[in-house]
Amino acid sequence: MDAEVDATRQAASADIELPLLLDALYLKYHYDFRGYALASLRRRLRSAMTRFGCRTLSQLQDRVLHEPASFPALLDFLTVPVSDLFRDPSYFKAIRERVVPLLRTYPSLKIWVAGCSTGEEAYSLAILLREEGLLSRTLIYATDINPQTLQKAEAGVYDIDRVAGFTENHRRSGARSSLSDFYTAKYQRAVFDKSLRRHIVFSDHSLATDSVFAEVQFVSCRNVLIYFRRELQDRALGLFKDSLCRRGFLGLGARESLRFSTHAAAFTEMVRDDRLYQRRDDA
Amino acid sequence: MTPALPSRIEAVVIGTSAGGIDALSVVLPALPAGFGRPVFVVIHLPRERPSLLASIFRSKCAVAVREAQDKDPVEAGTIYFAPPDYHLLIDEGPSLALSDDELVNFSRPSIDVLFESAADYYGDRLLGIVMTGASHDGAAGLDAVRRAGGTTVVQAPDEAQSAVMVRAALERGPADHVLTLAQIADMLKRLGGEAR
Ligand SMILES: C[S@@+](CC[C@H](N)C(=O)[O-])C[C@H]1O[C@@H](n2cnc3c(N)ncnc32)[C@H](O)[C@@H]1O
Repeated sequence: MDAEVDATRQAASADIELPLLLDALYLKYHYDFRGYALASLRRRLRSAMTRFGCRTLSQLQDRVLHEPASFPALLDFLTVPVSDLFRDPSYFKAIRERVVPLLRTYPSLKIWVAGCSTGEEAYSLAILLREEGLLSRTLIYATDINPQTLQKAEAGVYDIDRVAGFTENHRRSGARSSLSDFYTAKYQRAVFDKSLRRHIVFSDHSLATDSVFAEVQFVSCRNVLIYFRRELQDRALGLFKDSLCRRGFLGLGARESLRFSTHAAAFTEMVRDDRLYQRRDDA
Repeated sequence: MTPALPSRIEAVVIGTSAGGIDALSVVLPALPAGFGRPVFVVIHLPRERPSLLASIFRSKCAVAVREAQDKDPVEAGTIYFAPPDYHLLIDEGPSLALSDDELVNFSRPSIDVLFESAADYYGDRLLGIVMTGASHDGAAGLDAVRRAGGTTVVQAPDEAQSAVMVRAALERGPADHVLTLAQIADMLKRLGGEAR
């Protein structure tokens, strides 16, 4: 009985502590997690508490406010640095089949990969565009809020044990060449080609606090919006809409959609199952 | 005689892996049309395979059956399956939330992730059920349900097609009820018979 009462009290305190911690992070580091979905945030903060040896979110707040060196480690918990090369091969196949033919009509291309994590999505698109003969006229902006993952993305170096999965995904995306053409294996690592890297600009940009920085023909933002509450999703989708040229393309994650967005009317659905949309002419 | 459940129960979470389709085929069709509570299910399946679960169970069940979609408001009297390769969580509202966080216990979706988030939201109004499976996923989740004052049910290990999961759950702490599938089905039917 005591345990039950105690558990309820604990949950209630955590509900008080969570928004306070998010405010603290915003005020101190200008990272804004206040619009993120709570359930998964709570889960990740719980893992962070274990890792930092903190019993409560208040203790974690104390730590991160007074020991700035601990912030990067906390950021890794908060940002879900999970990705894969050609993740969901059918998405990339649909891009090849439906989007690439239209991209060919532009003399030069700009593409925005928002929430690029450790770079896999950007490299996948670069490889795909090289295979389709479009990379030479393309610049890919790949953005994220986590400087550590951006650094890894810049390096383009991945563990060799991931390459079998990468290769299989690439093959299923309708590959026109062998993935091994794009990396060299060195000391248990696959180092991706600098000639891909030359077409990608990695930079720090937050969908929660920053604004549009370029006009692009294609925005790919996958598995980022699921972490946002609806209001923040709408902010991000507004940025994509404003950044896209007329008839530009938007690709989302396998489980994301425009269903709840006030911007839904600005887009038409191109490939439903692969979450590819096109900005309307008149939007 | 199957035990009666506290009538405060507002939602049910079920976790299973190996042998789970058969087990669910006994339990889910027992839910009466007026069950009046949401049921969230995580079953481990090969990651890449598009899930046919919702369509398999739709024809067998008297309540609505859906694959969970991110941000959907939770509706009573509906069975939600976690989609392949995403964790399913219960968020404010209540609403459904998906995440592609790291695998937990080698699984995505993970039973622990669902159960812990549901325990956060529903507290002592949650019923957690762990059934047949060959992994340790679910043990920590059921423990979270227990600590939040919810009701815990584990399938009897002798009857489970694979007893690893139910044993792991029981080793972590006592369950309120250890039951056969037929008894679990009966218990849910009776819970559904009570007005909410
Ligand atoms: C799960 S990863 C997705 C990686 C990749 N897009 C994919 O689908 O494989 C989510 C990424 O979103 C980034 N992210 C989170 N909040 C963000 C924000 N406000 N603005 C930009 N990126 C953000 C995280 O840092 C993380 O790298």
